[in-house]
Amino acid sequence: MPSEVTVRVNGVTVSVPAGATVAVAMVIAGQPCRTSVTGEVRGPLCGMGICFECRATVNGLPHSRTCQLLCEPDMEVKMDE
Amino acid sequence: MNNYSRERFDVLVVGGGPAGIAAAVRAAETAARVGIVDEDVTTGGQIWRGGPSGGKHSSEASRWLEQLKKAGVIELCGKRVFHYPEAGILMAEGLNDIWELSYRNLVLATGARERFLPFPGWTLQNVMGAGGLQALVKSGLPIRGKRVVVAGSGPLLLAVASYLRKHGAEIPLICEQASWSQLARFATKLIRFPEKIRQGLQLRRDIAGIPLAASSWPVAAHGKGTLEAAIISRTGKSETVKCDYLACGFHLVPNSELPILLGCRTRNGYVQVNDFQQTTVDGVLCAGEPTGIGGVDLALVEGQIAGLAATGRTSEALALFSKRERFRRFARLLDETFCLCSELRTLPSGDTLICRCEDVPYSRLREHTSWRAAKLHTRCGMGPCQGRICGPATQFLFKWNPDSVRPPVFPARVAHLAAQPQSIPEVTGEIQ
Amino acid sequence: MSKETYDVVIVGAGIVGAACADAFAKRGLRVAVVDRDVVGSGATAAGMGHIVVMDDSDAQFALTHYSQRLWQELRPELPEDVEFEQSGTIWVAADEDEMSEVLRKQEYYEKRAVAVEVIDARQLKEAEPNLRDGLAGGLLVPGDAVLYPPCAARFLILRAQARGAKLRLGASVVQISEGSVRLNDGQEIAGGTVVNAAGANAAELTVGIDVKKRKGHLVITDRYPGFLRHQLVELGYLKSAHSVSRDSVAFNVQPRRTGQILIGSSRQYGAEHKEVDQVMLANMVRRAQEYMPTLGSMSAVRVWTGFRAATPDKLPLIGPCPGYKAVFLATGHEGLGITTSLGTASILVDQVMGSKPEIAVEPYLPSRTAKEYAHA
Repeated sequence: MPSEVTVRVNGVTVSVPAGATVAVAMVIAGQPCRTSVTGEVRGPLCGMGICFECRATVNGLPHSRTCQLLCEPDMEVKMDE
Repeated sequence: MNNYSRERFDVLVVGGGPAGIAAAVRAAETAARVGIVDEDVTTGGQIWRGGPSGGKHSSEASRWLEQLKKAGVIELCGKRVFHYPEAGILMAEGLNDIWELSYRNLVLATGARERFLPFPGWTLQNVMGAGGLQALVKSGLPIRGKRVVVAGSGPLLLAVASYLRKHGAEIPLICEQASWSQLARFATKLIRFPEKIRQGLQLRRDIAGIPLAASSWPVAAHGKGTLEAAIISRTGKSETVKCDYLACGFHLVPNSELPILLGCRTRNGYVQVNDFQQTTVDGVLCAGEPTGIGGVDLALVEGQIAGLAATGRTSEALALFSKRERFRRFARLLDETFCLCSELRTLPSGDTLICRCEDVPYSRLREHTSWRAAKLHTRCGMGPCQGRICGPATQFLFKWNPDSVRPPVFPARVAHLAAQPQSIPEVTGEIQ
Repeated sequence: MSKETYDVVIVGAGIVGAACADAFAKRGLRVAVVDRDVVGSGATAAGMGHIVVMDDSDAQFALTHYSQRLWQELRPELPEDVEFEQSGTIWVAADEDEMSEVLRKQEYYEKRAVAVEVIDARQLKEAEPNLRDGLAGGLLVPGDAVLYPPCAARFLILRAQARGAKLRLGASVVQISEGSVRLNDGQEIAGGTVVNAAGANAAELTVGIDVKKRKGHLVITDRYPGFLRHQLVELGYLKSAHSVSRDSVAFNVQPRRTGQILIGSSRQYGAEHKEVDQVMLANMVRRAQEYMPTLGSMSAVRVWTGFRAATPDKLPLIGPCPGYKAVFLATGHEGLGITTSLGTASILVDQVMGSKPEIAVEPYLPSRTAKEYAHA
């Protein structure tokens, strides 16, 4: 099993340890997960799937809770609206 | 609708943390068909979280996790329970699938979450919960060489600081809002709990050299989009601490939403249970943090009692009562020690956001006199977190009482709301 | 609140009570409003906030049309949190049968100078790409709008209060008498005129009026900006017109300013509890997916219910309450409370003060029903 997985976050290629979550990839990439209702950029807060701040669009599916989603090779992750 | 699966269990455990695992393991000692469902990718919950940097589990955790595997318990990970359409059935949702879970007995071990108190700048990236940052690090976030200020309240702070430091983080400060006298009283009362003393001493060793401030809390977080520094209050004086992460959480609150949806009676937000961990609803038991924040030891005992009681082995359960009572006393000690000081109510400024889902600032909430009015008129609590973050905050800030719980207890796909265990009577359309 | 005497005491701080409070206060009357919960917490909190012109009857048209004009006049004064949007409505026709209904509506509205446009299948798909293929077309009504009802009610109450109206929340009215209301804590509030605007609970206060609870469900999703542009309502009721079903659902979706989608609607008779009814919810959601399949994969954030106040002839009760001298009714608005609140308040105030209403009030008079009302 490869020890690293490569995903793309807002167009930026990021390498993360295998078994890492998408939220981790976004924080490593320094990219916010989403913008709030009034346009603030946000990242993960609770780390356990409750706060919904880590929502991002993963492989085209919006509002995916990235802290509970494992990175898969060539995943396309974009900031949520 | 996506893939629709059905499973029937004699005992269904909701929540794959220590309490749930203990319940499932004990229940599975019989011929009962036992299932455990958890929304995360693996079992372990928060405290036994795995992942690439989860590190080695404690021997206790390993033992239980191994027992779970050997016990033949059916594990449903990555499934989130969102609905209770009728007695004896829970609906759970995965990424692309929906599960109809029938049970004869139900053990709710839904754990706890951190309490967040808002302060200016708390919505900046890299301001996270204490457990929140730990969870991310366990899930692969590199922390070596990063500066992390740990703040808030509760024993979790020390555990998190210890963990982060072990993984190479630099911790300039731990800020505990409780006072030195509260902490000292806690330390002396620990005498009654030998296991805790050992744990406590170990923790002290782990965090040796890290400054610990009491009566201390974050006053603001600064940075442009991302965190650059935390402003900390220490006995009245403010100081700026440069940091990469602010790990801040004010103790824990129970995840009692699902129990409440099922009709379980609660007191002060905790699920009421009898000696056998049975709730006020027939066939529904509850174990661990939702019955009272008491940590992993209490969770393991309560979980076991629930698993035994759910399979009719009351005499074996009885044998665990005195152990549980000891750990319940510890839980009460935690409650007393880490109660929040009133100064924390002055943290948010008028434009500090209280509801992060709907971006509702403190100033707008202050116009209302109840949670219900605030919710209706500002939409605070109407976002996807369903008030899990802003609810405890507003309860503390305004002494508001929370609302009733409705399905779905977590956001779920629209199509999955239409899931119907029995065949649905056809209802024809009619215009409004 | 001391033992003052008011000119008007209004029971209910929902959208109708709030509109009445505002209208009476504007005329210089001393107003008191009482509600057992918070402002806008009844059907107002479960309404879709659709400001819509309707043609089920001439009387319904008259009131909705008049009221819609009043909303347009009020629009510049509405604060941000009322979220008034001129999204327009599209009545969706699934087949040729329903298209003929579209044409009938077009004729009806054009005769009455309401701007409408018949759109065909291609135009419908262009206007709303997320509707399924194979629909026949629809009727676009650009003059319709949407808003967020609890904040609209609050705005009207605040305006009334700015003119001296008094608000008492968390107090249940246990009895309405001539010239006063009694609260559950024993307090009496005296008023020359009493208005029963208690919505679905109105029949508890003025015995004998035929207002029944009609339960509805709503679902709101996470944000999907650009998914939906207009309020969409199905014309499908034609199909079920012959099947006498007590409970029913209809496709009815609304885009909110945040991009969240509001999904309705359901109607139930005889349901008294406010818990979510799984059968109704399932049917409502399925109906919605029949028209917009991709709705199914969206994240639903909340589900809630409410009780409409329904009358047998689908028209509200606005006017003197039979059996009383100085008690008036402003209730029974079913699914049109938000729309017709302003019109209701206007013609009610006219009736109380003896001024000439802008529209004929006969169709809405409570005395129109033949029943004999016993004085409470």
